[in-house]
Amino acid sequence: MAEHYQLKCRECGKLWGNQARSFCDECLSPLEVVYDLDAIRPVFTRKNIEAGPTNLWRYSALLPLPEDYIGSIPTGFTPLVQARRLGKQLGTTNLYLKNDAVCFPTLSFKDRVVATALAAARRFGFKVVSCSSTGNLANAVAAQAAREGFDAWIFIPADLEAAKVTGTQVFGAKLVRIAGNYDQVNRLCSQIAEKFQWGFVNVNLRPYYAEGSKTVGYEIAEQLGWRLPDNIVCPMAGGSLITKIKKAFNELIALGLVEEKKVKFFGAQATGCSPISDAVKRKLEQFEPQKPATIARSLAIGNPADGFYATRAIRESGGWAEDVSDPQIVKGIQLLAETEGIFTETAGGVTTGVTQKLLEQGYINPSETTVACITGNGLKTIDAISAEYTLTPAIEPRLTVFENFINDRMAAVAGN
Amino acid sequence: MKITVEIPSALRRFTDGVQTIECTSETLPDLLGEIEQRFPAISKHLRDDSGQVRRFVNIYVNEEDIRFLGGNSYKFHEGDRVLVVPSIAGGAPAAPAGGLENACG
Repeated sequence: MAEHYQLKCRECGKLWGNQARSFCDECLSPLEVVYDLDAIRPVFTRKNIEAGPTNLWRYSALLPLPEDYIGSIPTGFTPLVQARRLGKQLGTTNLYLKNDAVCFPTLSFKDRVVATALAAARRFGFKVVSCSSTGNLANAVAAQAAREGFDAWIFIPADLEAAKVTGTQVFGAKLVRIAGNYDQVNRLCSQIAEKFQWGFVNVNLRPYYAEGSKTVGYEIAEQLGWRLPDNIVCPMAGGSLITKIKKAFNELIALGLVEEKKVKFFGAQATGCSPISDAVKRKLEQFEPQKPATIARSLAIGNPADGFYATRAIRESGGWAEDVSDPQIVKGIQLLAETEGIFTETAGGVTTGVTQKLLEQGYINPSETTVACITGNGLKTIDAISAEYTLTPAIEPRLTVFENFINDRMAAVAGN
Repeated sequence: MKITVEIPSALRRFTDGVQTIECTSETLPDLLGEIEQRFPAISKHLRDDSGQVRRFVNIYVNEEDIRFLGGNSYKFHEGDRVLVVPSIAGGAPAAPAGGLENACG
């Protein structure tokens, strides 16, 4: 059976077959995987999907996988939870959270993109996989490379959170810390990828990698009972995820799995690194690069590879973009934790803070169904919020001591 | 004044395989003209129909994005190294004979 997908230049339309390549030699524009949807239509049905495994491989027919590929890592299919208490605080009754803070195996949505990227790495014969990363991707590549038997070389900005550094090294990956920001790491990796025969998941395997993000969109639609939400709020770093959720919804509409609906896409960034939200708000066609300065290090990409397409996707959908300050990010993390019991990393604080802002500003209609994408886990960015809390002195293990302790606490609260 | 320009592998088929070229231009617009004068076939790949540098091409000077240095108005300095990098660049060399081995051993 012929393959039902191949690479296509997003600008000039030249077809490239399937190979480890991320851009078009003719116009230097990015490549994207396109599918023969008519050939896929008979197999990509609700029935087949629902009979599949409870992970992202249930959507294999619309992923760029080698024929008969069976992924060994059961990633994806994270909970979609209705956020009643958070919604009440924000003044909306139809708020949902797509909770990739518990994605398997490394607690971020990057587990999805690595799953499809490593399938491509295997197919193209790479023995070493690599990436430039702001942390979550590093963890995901390192973990899945270990399980799949690849060597891994990981490139990160030197100032990443300790949990993300250790959470890469523990899998046996070779970690290269670069004295620079992510954009500098990424530029270096572009040069390294020209010289080394490695499968860089977000460089030469990028088109295949990016398709993994579509599964967030498929899952949201399926978990809402095969319908699309009215609004999506999505954090933006390189800008790929928001465009791929949109692509997923368009595919589901084209294949008749959901009713057509014009979903509005809302992008979320940290004010300290907001090239895409800045472009949306100033109505620029092309974003202007920035030097990142934010605690949301996983979103600290000042020259986002898919920034142009993310800006366009938001604009075409009728959505908007916003950004929040570092203190608002911390408040967002706390608000989500205290209302929904979900501990997210700084990027999730951005998403929560921006969702609040968009509702307050009236960009999101509170009576509509909104899904906010929580993409990472708070245990990885403890440093960002630990200063918000103090430890009380340890008390003796005696009931009377505790009674005194609680009386003091109650008095203190009453005094406030 | 001399500066060095590094050509990415994707564009070397238009520079007779040359990887680095020495130039004397003072600004980016002049530099592009100088490169195109020497290698005319590169022009339609570097610029779009309106003559602008293509959206997905990044230019770096000594590891810094030229947009942070003033872009078209930046004046090159003696010894500057200019990098031309497609924004999602890298990879795509043909597989070497003997298969895709770990180049680092």
